[in-house]
Formats: sequence, C-alpha cells, structure tokens
Amino acid sequence: MDFTLKIWRQKNAKAKGKFVTYKVKGISDSSSFLEMLDVFNDQQVTKGEDPVVFDHDCREGICGACSLYINGRPHGPDDSVTTCQLHMRRFKDGDTIVIEPWRSAAFPVIRDLMIDRQAFDKIIQAGGFISVNTGGIPDANAILIPKQNADASMDAAACIGCGACVAACKNASAMLFVAAKVSHLALLPQGRAEASARVQAMVAKMDELGFGNCTNTGACEAECPKDISIENIARMNREFLGAKIGSQKKTVKAGGF
Amino acid sequence: MPSSLNSNSIVSIFVPLAGNQKYELFSLPNQVLPVKYQINNRMGNKLLSYSSITKKIVMALAGLFLITFLVIHLAINLLLLLNDKGAAYSGAVEFMTTNPLIKIMEIFLFGGFAVHILIGVTIQIQNWMARPVRYKVEGFSHLSFFSKYMIHTGAIIFIFLCVHFTNFYFVKLGWVNPPAGVGKEDFYQMANLLFADKFYAILYIVLMIFLGFHLHHAFQSAFQTLGLNHTKYTPFIKAVSTFYSVVVPLGFASIPLFYIFIK
Repeated sequence: MDFTLKIWRQKNAKAKGKFVTYKVKGISDSSSFLEMLDVFNDQQVTKGEDPVVFDHDCREGICGACSLYINGRPHGPDDSVTTCQLHMRRFKDGDTIVIEPWRSAAFPVIRDLMIDRQAFDKIIQAGGFISVNTGGIPDANAILIPKQNADASMDAAACIGCGACVAACKNASAMLFVAAKVSHLALLPQGRAEASARVQAMVAKMDELGFGNCTNTGACEAECPKDISIENIARMNREFLGAKIGSQKKTVKAGGF
Repeated sequence: MPSSLNSNSIVSIFVPLAGNQKYELFSLPNQVLPVKYQINNRMGNKLLSYSSITKKIVMALAGLFLITFLVIHLAINLLLLLNDKGAAYSGAVEFMTTNPLIKIMEIFLFGGFAVHILIGVTIQIQNWMARPVRYKVEGFSHLSFFSKYMIHTGAIIFIFLCVHFTNFYFVKLGWVNPPAGVGKEDFYQMANLLFADKFYAILYIVLMIFLGFHLHHAFQSAFQTLGLNHTKYTPFIKAVSTFYSVVVPLGFASIPLFYIFIK
C-alpha cells in the first residue's frame, strides 16, 4: 500500500512548525500505524533526512504513550483503540493521511508529533492517589464493596492517561481524564477517606494548568480508547459540589469554590 | 469596558467603578511558564478565580431558570392567537408588569441572563485559549452537533434579545419612543405592528430555529453539569430536552406564522 502523509514537523518547543508532505510506499496492510511510521522513518534515514519524532512504548494498547491526531480524530478512525492498535488496512491504498500532534495549551509540542503530557502527572500529584499504605492483601470480604461499584471503579481505572480526551475536546478540556481518576478512587472504600480533598485539589490543578472548560459535547467519550464514560464527569461534578458545600472552612488548600 | 495594558498581564479587562476603583473582570498573566497560556486562578474577586466546575454549575442553574421562564413567556405569547382583540394578552401583560412578586422575579430573571451570558463568554474565551494552535483537520469526533455551536447560537439569541428589549421593555421604561399612536404599555398593539411586518416575522421564525438549536444541547447538558447522569433517568432527560427544544420554539414561531398566513 502507498500513502501520502502530511505530517506536522516542528524542530523544538519554541520553533514554528509546519506541515510537510511525504510519500511512503510498499506498506503491508497488516502493519500497524506506528509500524508504517517506522518504515517511513527508515526511508527518511536512508535518504539522510530527519526521522519524524513520535511517542510510543508498549505498542499493545495499554501504556497510553502513543498519541497522534489522524485525519481529524485522536488515535485515528477506529473506535476504542490506541494508535498502536490501528492497522493500515483501515485506510485505502493511495489515501492522504494528515498526522498532527495533540493540540492543547497544556500539552506543548516537544518535537514533531511528540507532546509534553506532564500536565497529567501534575494533576495526579495533586491528589490522584491514596496517601496511606493499605498494607498486605486483606481477607476476602473483610471490606464489603458492592459489585456495581467495583465494576464502575474498574471501568474508570481503565484510563491509560493518553490525553485523547483533551485532544478530541473542542475546548481542550481534561475533564474526562480527571473524572476517571477521581471516580476510580471515590467508588472504593479505601479511596473514600480522601475523596473530598482529592476532587478539590485535582480540579484546582486542572484549572490552573490551562485546560479548557467542559461543555458536555461528548467528544472525549467518543474518542477514548478505553471507552471511559462521561458518567464519570457527572460523578466528579457531584463529588466536587458535595465537597465544596460540605468541607470545613479553610481546611483544604485547593483553590476557591 | 476599556481594556488596558499593565506590567503583570498581557491583556486585562477592567470594569470601571466609582472613583478610582476598578473591577478586574479578566486578565491573562504575562508569565511564559511550562504552560504557555496559564490562566490566572488565584483567589480574588475575579470571575476567573471560580473553578471551572463551579462556573459551569452556576451557568447550568441560570440556564435552567431561563428555560422555565421561556415556558411562561410562551404561555402569554400564545394568548395573541385568541380572537379577542388582545383582551387576554393585555390582561396577562398587565399582571406581569404590576404584580409585586413578578417584579421581584424580574430582578432574578435579569440576573439569570447576566450570569448565564457573562460566564458563557468567560468559559468560551478560556476554551479558545486552551487550544492556541488549531488542528488542520478537525471536528470529526463530536457526538452532538449542536454542542459545537453554543456560543454562536447564544450570540445570535443575545442580539435578538437586545432587539426584543428595544421593542418592548425599553419602550415601557420610556427609554425608547413607542410607535406612532401606540401607548407605551400597549404591548398588544406593538406586537401586532411588529408581526404585521413580514421581514420581522420571518426573522423571528429564523431566530426561533437557532433558539431550538441552543436549547437542544442546553437542557440535557445542564443536568450532566449538575452531576445528574443516571442510567435510568438520563434517556428520559434527553427525550424531554429534544421535545422541549422542538415544541417551545415551534410555539413561539406559530405566532408570526399565524400573522403571515391566517390573520
């Protein structure tokens, strides 16, 4: 298969980037999108040109390192998969493919298609954890957790933090990511203890980092490779409102109302 | 609303108050930190200092209040369709303009509009800043079509609102002269004259289509923002939202249609 690639090239974080058009030939239809880029980079190196820089790690859809905004959709045209799990048979021979980095003020481009997603780490550092070591494995059923809560928590915990929700959102809002992280802890008894402080701190950090405001377009849910539902956003809104109304005055250093 | 430059920020917008005081409505700090367009979120008397979720919740509540108001407005407008030379309509207008409870609610109504519009614009500006470089190919991900254009439909409704106030409310206050031969509280004659104008009537119908677009997303979105998303009730809320966004604008539009084709 042959493709025309329009790729965003940017030397470094401060340089002005531009789109460059390339041709890539002889791609197998069973190669993944990243393998296609590997072949293309090999071609670039052979020609003595700079290879395209892009993020990748596990290449099995679980690490959240790969990104790429392909033809107007984060992680490309397939639903519920990451870029590394997207295969070239999804495209037609001779297609033009436009590849862009995630676009968000909070995710500056480092080089070409690689972006700095430290903003997500900072949100997690603000409260996306349980402070106390919970010790060894407890006896089965020592802590009773309703099955539906365990399931909902597990579904939220599937978030790999790739940032596709931010990339897809017309407002570059990180609400789905933060909501998934708030939800998977808030639904379990171990996470409940710090739930109020957590949601306040994480939302304050999210706002501070310059992500946009959620307008409930649902684009995040549509593009999430792990199918995280916007029900989690509603849960976070509930948690946040409850925490702000119920919290004692000046006990949490977590921004205003 | 003058905007001025100062050393700490790239752009600031102040609302001048009495004397030398000013209220800083909006400011973009002049710090190029890891996050280039970091938004000032310090505690202060700024609208921006409220968290994104709080702003959204207040906006949703104001929006839901405006949605209930629309039903009352529609109920009164539909009295124009009665063939009683405006007796029922004028009676309703009389009640709405003189009843003390309604007078108090009027303040809340204007407050609701102000809050909804102000927060809406603030959120939109922040959202534009959150993506300083746009995509070359964009917009294939959105599930809900109307949700993409809330600020645009909102702006169109706002322009109409200004025209609407000039036509009715400002006339009542005496800020704008009523049409020749019409008393300044005779809303029935004013409405008659406006709807008799084909251009205005058609414009009104077009505006109602945009209102429907706005409401279609707005109604159910408000519930999601308030955290009310539930497998049992959300499908029902979405159905009501669609029903409301069709029926209410259609009800309003039925009046100019009645004037064009029947009266």
